[in-house]
Amino acid sequence: MIVHTTSESQIVAAALAHATSRHFGGTASIENLGQESGGASRQTWSFDATVNGECHGLILRRDPPLQGRPGGERSSALDRATEFRVIAAAWKAGVRAPEVLFEMQPEDGLGEAYVMRRVGGTAIARKLLRDPPYAAARGRVTGQLGEILARIHATDLATLPPLVTRQAADQIANLRQSLDQLGTPQPVLELSLSWLDRRKPPPIGRPLLVHGDYRTGNYLVDETGVTAILDWEGAHLGDPVEDLGWLCVKSWRFGAVDKPAGGFGSRAELWAAYERAGGAKVDPARAHWWEVLGTARWGIICHTQAWRHLSGAVKSMELASIGRRAVETEVDLLQLLKEGA
Amino acid sequence: MAQDRPTAAELLAAIADFLREEATPALDRAEPRLGFQMRVAANSLAILEREARLGAGADAREHARLRVLLRRDGTLEDLNRELARQLRTGERDERDAGLMAHLDATIADKIAIANPRWR
Repeated sequence: MIVHTTSESQIVAAALAHATSRHFGGTASIENLGQESGGASRQTWSFDATVNGECHGLILRRDPPLQGRPGGERSSALDRATEFRVIAAAWKAGVRAPEVLFEMQPEDGLGEAYVMRRVGGTAIARKLLRDPPYAAARGRVTGQLGEILARIHATDLATLPPLVTRQAADQIANLRQSLDQLGTPQPVLELSLSWLDRRKPPPIGRPLLVHGDYRTGNYLVDETGVTAILDWEGAHLGDPVEDLGWLCVKSWRFGAVDKPAGGFGSRAELWAAYERAGGAKVDPARAHWWEVLGTARWGIICHTQAWRHLSGAVKSMELASIGRRAVETEVDLLQLLKEGA
Repeated sequence: MAQDRPTAAELLAAIADFLREEATPALDRAEPRLGFQMRVAANSLAILEREARLGAGADAREHARLRVLLRRDGTLEDLNRELARQLRTGERDERDAGLMAHLDATIADKIAIANPRWR
C-alpha cells in the first residue's frame, strides 16, 4: 500500500462518496480506502462503500488526469472506457471477470476511471506457486484457465465496443517498429522475428476476442482456484491461440519451468480443458508459433520498459532494471527456435 | 595508476551483500514496498559485480567472433548493427551454423552476467 499526502486520498474519497451514492441511490460512506498498486498512471484503489446499511467491497481503476500517455508498448493499451465495456461484455458472456459497476463522470474530477466489485484472491505468483494455502488450488488452475479462456474467446462480438484487429503479421510489424525505436541492434530478436515472419499463420477470417495479457500475475486465485481474470487493457480481436501461447511463455512460470501453463501444468492439460469448454482444437505448431512470438514480445517489452526510464519519461530504478531481463527471453528464444526448426 | 583494493567487483559485492543481508530485512519491517525496491537494487548491484568481472572478456569474445562471421572490421555496435540488418532482411537465418554458434556463445556470456540461475 502506498502512503499519500492526505489530500490525494481525501480527493479520491470525496469523489467516490459522490459517485457511489449516485450509483446505488443512497448516501454512501467510504471506508478503508487505500491504493493497491503503484505507478503514477493506472492506479488501483480498494475501498468499502456502505449504502443503505449494506457494505460493498469495491475497486477503483483510474488513469489520473493531466498525465501523458505512457510510451512504448503501452500506447496500444485500451482507454478506461473501452476496457470497462470489454470487461462488462466478458462478464455477461460468463467469463470469471470482475463485475464492473459504473464509470466515473468528468465532473467527478478523477480522470478516466471506473468502479468494480472487489474479488478475493491474490495474483502474486511467488505465493501461488509455493505457499501451502494454495496447494489444492494449484492442481485446478490449469484446467480453469483453459476453460475460462474458451469462454473469453466465445464472447459475442456484437456485445463488444470497437476493437482493433491484430493479425500475426501486424504483431510482427509492431514488434519490429518497437525495435527500431530502441535504436540498439538486437540480433537474437531480429532472428526470431524473421523466423516468425517466414512461418506466420495466414490471417484468420473470423477474428475473436483476445484478452491480450492472459498470464500468471494477471488473474486472482484463492484456496479454491481462479477467482477472476484481470488486466484487460490489451484486449483486441485476433487469433485466439495468441492467448494460449502467451500464457506458456517461460517468464510467466516464475521458476516452475517444467510447467509451461503459467507454472501450474502442461500444455496438453491446458489445451484439453480449453477444447472441452468449447474452444477450437489447438494446433500444436500454431501454439508454438504464438509462444515464440510471445517470448519475443516480452523481450521487447523489457527493452521498452527500461527505455521509459532511459528516455527521462519516468524516473524508476525498477523500470531501468527490467532492461537487463531481456536476455532471459533471448536464452528462451534460441531454445524455442531449435525445438521448432 | 590502478586503484587500490577492493576492486570494482569486490566493492560491488560488498555493497550488494550489505543491502541484501542488513538493509533489506530492516526495510521489510518498516516499509515493505521499499523492501521490494531494495531487493531490486541489490539484485542490480549483483549484476554489476558480475559485469565488472566478466564483461570485458565477454565483449572481446563477441567482437572477435563477429569479425570472423561477418568478415569485416568495425566497433562491436557497428558489427551487431550489420548482423541485425542481415537477420531482418533474411540474408542470414537459423540454418547458418556459424551464426547459431555465435549467438549461443554470446547469449551464454550475457545470461552469466544478467541472471546465471535462469534456465
